[in-house]
Amino acid sequence: MPPAVDVLDLRKRYGDVTALDGASWSAASGEVTAVLGPNGAGKTTMVECCEGLRRPDSGTVRVLGANPWQSPAAHRARVGVMLQDGGLPNGARPVALLQHLARLYAGTAPDAELVDRLGIGQFAGTTVRRLSGGQRQRVALAAALVGRPDVAFLDEPSAGLDPHARLDVWDLVRSVAHEGSAVVLTTHSFEEAERLADRIVIVGGGRVVAEGTLGELTRESALEDVYFSLTRSAA
Amino acid sequence: MSAAAPAAQRVRAQARFEALTMLRNGEQLLVSVVLPAMVLLGLTLATFVPLGTGRRVDLAVPGVLALAVVSSAFTGQAIGTGFDRRYGVLRLLGATPLGRGGLVTAKALAVLVVVAIQVVVLGVLGLALGWHPHWSGVPAAVVTLLLGTWAFVALALLLAGTLRAEGVLALANLVWVALLALGGVVVSTARLPDGLREVVRLLPSGALGDAMRAALTAGRADLASWLVLLLWGAAATALASRVFRWGD
Repeated sequence: MPPAVDVLDLRKRYGDVTALDGASWSAASGEVTAVLGPNGAGKTTMVECCEGLRRPDSGTVRVLGANPWQSPAAHRARVGVMLQDGGLPNGARPVALLQHLARLYAGTAPDAELVDRLGIGQFAGTTVRRLSGGQRQRVALAAALVGRPDVAFLDEPSAGLDPHARLDVWDLVRSVAHEGSAVVLTTHSFEEAERLADRIVIVGGGRVVAEGTLGELTRESALEDVYFSLTRSAA
Repeated sequence: MSAAAPAAQRVRAQARFEALTMLRNGEQLLVSVVLPAMVLLGLTLATFVPLGTGRRVDLAVPGVLALAVVSSAFTGQAIGTGFDRRYGVLRLLGATPLGRGGLVTAKALAVLVVVAIQVVVLGVLGLALGWHPHWSGVPAAVVTLLLGTWAFVALALLLAGTLRAEGVLALANLVWVALLALGGVVVSTARLPDGLREVVRLLPSGALGDAMRAALTAGRADLASWLVLLLWGAAATALASRVFRWGD
């Protein structure tokens, strides 16, 4: 079976700034793949190319065997997206918003379980405008998963969460992968990558500087040391 | 495996969501219903703004209905879309089965629903104030409302898709006030000074206001104004589809 996400020699420039400089990596179904790197390493640009939100200058991206750029609704229905800036309408209330998003999919199961697992019920009736950063983060994660995607791209899903909420998010992410989806998340926390990921892609300076399972990457030294030695010069 | 809902269902769901969002938003409701209703009361009951020959309420209601279109199709839509773009909402919805085309269609439908509600509310208020519309002009008024909504939604998206959200907020409100005062919306372009009159007749605001008055005070289809609205709608749509940026 081909990988759920396959990225080959991806390049993207914004004016004079090179965001991606020939990145190649892949992610498999049933696994959590962490794209780990410092701020500005190109993680967000990379996942946005996979989500069909940006068009790469060159290189190829295949998600579930298809090119995500201007992909049809049938493809978009199989891909869940959590943006770093949330993408939630300010005046909406969390549960009503999730119910609305569920209507864009055919025969989606009710989202009661998602709401419950992420503790969204506690602030179900508060408008997005009034939510704390961590609460918004949980709603955005639920929005990405409401269509039961085959591939979920989560851009920094646990940024700004308190430790309890972070554990809830990690449990949920793990169970989504356990049910067979490919989960790709970006993070700059090597602790998160270490605790959560089946496979780690370390990004620095727009390139993939290392890729493998935690065991493969930490044969010589701890992930923290590997991470710093690879990304301090590259970034 | 997940599948998309049928396209019509997705667009309907989003249109409903957008219309409810507009109707629940206090500031939007102020601009789209409360202020036009106050303008209607003011124009009908006070006499310091000359409206022309005829009963004041008969001249005021068509103009206020035009103002309501400018409020929700232009000012409300521009501000809402500008902030949705800032917060990444447009990008997120573009990545769902709804997609970008579905989102634009849903926004247009939602505005039409809100315009219909405004027309009913302001029309009933007008009737209560003694409005005698030229009922045979209702079909021409409906055509005018559709053309006007199209032109102003396209202009709103052009603004919202190119400027920063704060800029959109300031400009969309400023344009509303300027068009109310001088744009030929509530006061016929015929009553504007020479020089200004000719220009305003070529603006979508003047064309919308004049065509509404022609329809509802004389039962007449104002073809010249329709042509102006058509050209603005086509030009703004073509331009917006080229320059609209989905993210900040």
